[in-house]
Amino acid sequence: MLKEHAKLMGAFAACGEITGRKKLQKMIYIAKKISFPFQEKFEFHFYGPYSEELTLRVEELCNMGFIDEIREKKGGYYQYRYTLTEEGEAFLKHAEVDMPQLKETVTKMNSQSARFLELVSTVLYFDSLAREEVAEKIFTLKRKQRYTEEEINEAYAYIEQLKKQIN
Amino acid sequence: MEYSKRKLKEEKVFKDPVHSYIHVRDLVIWDLIGTKEFQRLRRIRQLGTTYLTFHGAEHSRFNHSLGVYEIVRRIADDVFAGRPEWNVEDRLLSLCAALLHDVGHGPFSHSFEKVFHLDHEEFTKEIILGETEVNAVLSRVDKGFPKQVAEVIGKTHENKLVVSLISSQIDADRMDYLQRDAYFTGVSYGHFDMERILRVMRPREDQVVFKQSGMHAVEDYIMSRYQMYWQVYFHPVTRSAEVLLSKILHRAKELGRQNYAFTYEPLHFYSIFKEEFTLEDYLKLDEAVMLYYFQVWQEEKDPILRDLCHRFVNRNLFKYVEFDPAKEYRKHSELEALFKKAGIDPEYYLVFDSSSDLPYDFYRPGEEEERLPIYLLMKTEELRELSRESDIVDAISGKRRTDHKLYFPADLLNDESSKRNIKRQIRAILEI
Repeated sequence: MLKEHAKLMGAFAACGEITGRKKLQKMIYIAKKISFPFQEKFEFHFYGPYSEELTLRVEELCNMGFIDEIREKKGGYYQYRYTLTEEGEAFLKHAEVDMPQLKETVTKMNSQSARFLELVSTVLYFDSLAREEVAEKIFTLKRKQRYTEEEINEAYAYIEQLKKQIN
Repeated sequence: MEYSKRKLKEEKVFKDPVHSYIHVRDLVIWDLIGTKEFQRLRRIRQLGTTYLTFHGAEHSRFNHSLGVYEIVRRIADDVFAGRPEWNVEDRLLSLCAALLHDVGHGPFSHSFEKVFHLDHEEFTKEIILGETEVNAVLSRVDKGFPKQVAEVIGKTHENKLVVSLISSQIDADRMDYLQRDAYFTGVSYGHFDMERILRVMRPREDQVVFKQSGMHAVEDYIMSRYQMYWQVYFHPVTRSAEVLLSKILHRAKELGRQNYAFTYEPLHFYSIFKEEFTLEDYLKLDEAVMLYYFQVWQEEKDPILRDLCHRFVNRNLFKYVEFDPAKEYRKHSELEALFKKAGIDPEYYLVFDSSSDLPYDFYRPGEEEERLPIYLLMKTEELRELSRESDIVDAISGKRRTDHKLYFPADLLNDESSKRNIKRQIRAILEI
């Protein structure tokens, strides 16, 4: 029961705190793409891969009292901060999630900006395309974010680092 | 004349209960409707197992796909026509994408995809780009046209306005299915003033926006979505049928894995059990085929498969209780142990179900750029996110109600001819 919820809680527990819904979405997508067994289905949206299932599971975890969501005003918009609660920790012990390398991976991602993770997740979304085609997709689909060639190269290098870390 | 511009000599019309008529004049659209991949959608219900709760809900993805096409046709030919932001060259692309957006759906697709780890969007892409009749029609327009259509449906096309007509928080897909599902289920929710919404739609570079004067019609649409979710899509009895369906597929897959000798060979399933199948195998499966197997599997030797199929075919569904996983998760482990002692396999007969298992989407204001919100076009030409202007939308787009239930076969638990004391213990925990 709640196996998929528990995996997400594993990510919150590993990070201590995750700030930003967009960041959370991209972190789980990237983790899934590099072989962690998250089952949420993602689709491509305006800001890159997005999972409604993930959003609903996080809402359920909040309603169950397993994670805490704090809404903070930041400039002209709101930002959400997530942490695991004591009840959540107790459940997680009971659920016995077994993803030994998750902590290192999500902690590493959590130190990156949501903007960079959006780029990394988009590169991964188009991983069946050649590198030049991926860059072209990013320049057309994400023209407002104005990613540079250099940032795209960094994204590729970052994906390699993440993959090495789990091998 | 170029194929893309050829029209039928006379307009064809399909009578439709939601839009009155569906109008087809373009030869390309007429040819696509005639392909075997599109005709297959007649044999796939729009709402899966909902017909076991709302007996009218027998409508198919064929009906819905034509409906989405008709809404986009009206937007392109009436609402956007002549507006400088709309490129008339995008018309056929939009119509084809609208018509084909669900062409990759499988039978009872929600459970089917979960059990066999499939994604209908991948099949939609394969049908459009592979060796199919659909691809042959689209390729006659232009060699690169199938790819364009696939990208619009996959939401990765650079023309975000066209993408948003079919996939956004207020799009032709949702506008059709809400009205159609309301009509066929017979519920009184789900209705909204689509004519008004169409009148206030305006094309912009990245998406469709709505004149502020039409805000109340948009509010009504958001409320319809909200009510349809709880009243129809997440109806507990439909969920029970879905749970049963999913367990049948799991059992059949498990038996396939064990090389069990089926009395009625599941020829259509063998490659799918192994998760090594071709597009051809996938397209042979529709709901008529699935229901045939459920019918004959009622006579299988395996008692679990036999029982589950008997329940599904004869609508002897699992009962349910509300379950608060936060407070009761230890109770679940206890129940699992007791079910085993009672000789009832909890893997198939004790099922926990959450609202997140059925991700129909609610309106999201996209506060942190997770998704693009609905924008209102103010008189000043400024764009304002909907929930900032509408108190009603603001009220339902905050924290969401969630729901969890535990499903079980009440008849087996009430049968005291064996393991009476254990079953009494189970019933006491479930409070039934």
